[in-house]
Amino acid sequence: MATATQQTSTPQADGRKPERQSRLFWVLLALPGILWLTLLFIVPFYAVLAIAMGQLNRLFESPIAVWNPLQWSSSNVINVWHDLFGATSFAGPIVLRTILYVALASLLSLLIAYPAAYFVARFSGRRKALFLILLIAPFWISYMMRMLAWIDLLQTTGYVNKALSSLGLISQPVNWLGGHWYTVVLGLVYGYIPYLILVLYAGLDRIEPSLIEAGRDLGLNRVRTFTRVTLPLSRQAILTGMLITVLPMLGDYFTNQLMSGAASTSMIGNLIEGQLGTPGLEGQGAVLSLLLLLVLLIPMVYYVIATNRSTREAA
Amino acid sequence: VTATSAPARTAEPSGSAARSGLSRLMPRRNPWGHPWFLEGFTWLYLIWSLVPIGIAVLFSFNNGKSQSAWQGFSWRWYFSDPVNSVLHNPQLHAAVIQTVRLSVLTTIIAVPLGVSFALGINRWRGFTSSTFNYVMILSFVIPELIFGVAMFFVFTVLFTSVHLGTLAEVLGLVTWNVSWPAIIVQARLVTLGRQYEEAAADLGANQLSTMRRVLIPLLGPAIFASAVLVFSGVIDDFVIVDLLSSSASNTPMSVIIYSTQHGGNGGPALNALGTIMLVMSLVIAFLGYLGYRWMTRGERGSRIDALTTIAGGD
Repeated sequence: MATATQQTSTPQADGRKPERQSRLFWVLLALPGILWLTLLFIVPFYAVLAIAMGQLNRLFESPIAVWNPLQWSSSNVINVWHDLFGATSFAGPIVLRTILYVALASLLSLLIAYPAAYFVARFSGRRKALFLILLIAPFWISYMMRMLAWIDLLQTTGYVNKALSSLGLISQPVNWLGGHWYTVVLGLVYGYIPYLILVLYAGLDRIEPSLIEAGRDLGLNRVRTFTRVTLPLSRQAILTGMLITVLPMLGDYFTNQLMSGAASTSMIGNLIEGQLGTPGLEGQGAVLSLLLLLVLLIPMVYYVIATNRSTREAA
Repeated sequence: VTATSAPARTAEPSGSAARSGLSRLMPRRNPWGHPWFLEGFTWLYLIWSLVPIGIAVLFSFNNGKSQSAWQGFSWRWYFSDPVNSVLHNPQLHAAVIQTVRLSVLTTIIAVPLGVSFALGINRWRGFTSSTFNYVMILSFVIPELIFGVAMFFVFTVLFTSVHLGTLAEVLGLVTWNVSWPAIIVQARLVTLGRQYEEAAADLGANQLSTMRRVLIPLLGPAIFASAVLVFSGVIDDFVIVDLLSSSASNTPMSVIIYSTQHGGNGGPALNALGTIMLVMSLVIAFLGYLGYRWMTRGERGSRIDALTTIAGGD
């Protein structure tokens, strides 16, 4: 930060000079951020690459980063390849499970979030501010606190079991937190839905009411107006919303750990996080996180381009 | 009486026109009637999303060890229990302080860094600036675990003088959160256009004073909103601090809740810790909302715009 303040204060002398100096002024303003991103965003990813392609110190079981690409070794990559696709593959099922969990959880989130966002954006009328506060509230409540709330409810002595047994639906308490896929999916949906709902609300709220009225005036009924006008116009919001829920879900290890903790429900995130703390496996953790990054690069680049375009359109 | 009723009668044949005028006044009026099913569904969703948290908050005041059987109200888990309360348990106590420390430090560094980056990148158009603009947005969408892994390795292998702990946490959190001010301020700059700066330049102001007396005040609400988002984002952050913390003295609240809970039952002291986090975030949100409303008081924005902006919805 010391350099940052120096750099922003130097243009003071140049300030009075003509147009030509103006570019330098902006360059100097951007420079601290550029240096910061280079040192603490770009270089760290090169470090991950250097470790992924690096070797293992057999004595201490610690990873050795190899900075020169000409000396890169593929031993970590080969190990990960065997873990994923080899005969004794243990990572393959984990990847498959992650995809299933995330697909199910994001689909469920969309089915729950869309109607609620649609109602608040279009029909809440004068109570809009109230509904919006209630919709946004979970966004402001710590993720861990929200998980803790469900852990309390789902304990064997918790309120979910009490309610179900008083309704006569179960005869003895269910151990919800004992490693079930549905508890993990519930946790994922509950955890990420506030972000999705906000994006959907913003997208639905931007739709011109006159377009919907036009659909109605042209004789469409309620359902057809929705499928022919509202839904197509909210496609962008759905895509963005899915992206901002799916991306973090794929790197999630804590929801799963809190809601089940069992190996039978572990996801890619658990695999990477586990390898990070394990001597001898850190190189493979680096390879896995780079692989995950590679797979997610396409949706991420799509998001970056879409964001840039919408900012420029707003101008 | 006749004078007023006569024009009304003549207007009657064009009643449909009058009605369409009315619907223009209330564009959201719905001719199909109120969607009760949707409203019911929304209320069910809200109950499902908020009631569990309410119960968790309630049990932080439980006068007993249970998180599911109410044994009377007490402040026991906050301060009266001499061993296990948030005040007296050194680990929980340190976690509260660490969260506040990280939030303050990160906001102080990330906001000026992001704002000056946004200003520079937006006006300096070139290959480097647009490349770094993409890098910044990329840092906004990259999954936190992948970013956290990169941070973990860079501090354990390359920048080893930065040991895991508070410094590493702050560096990681600033990098992760700097995109809030950078993106929000850029969006605001784009909508402002350049006419204010040009007017200031025509009146003889130099670049620095244009920035100080024209741009920064105009960007004020955006800068403020981004500071609120960074501060609350750090309170809520888990992955980065989980990977970069090294000992109990630099472990914030979110990590304590996680590591205590997943080994078994953490007891109501954890609920108390979570409630403290919740109150901190909600106070920040409320102050943020009031502050944003106050800063944009001359503008056309509504309460609802302020709400969505403070939640990062734009």
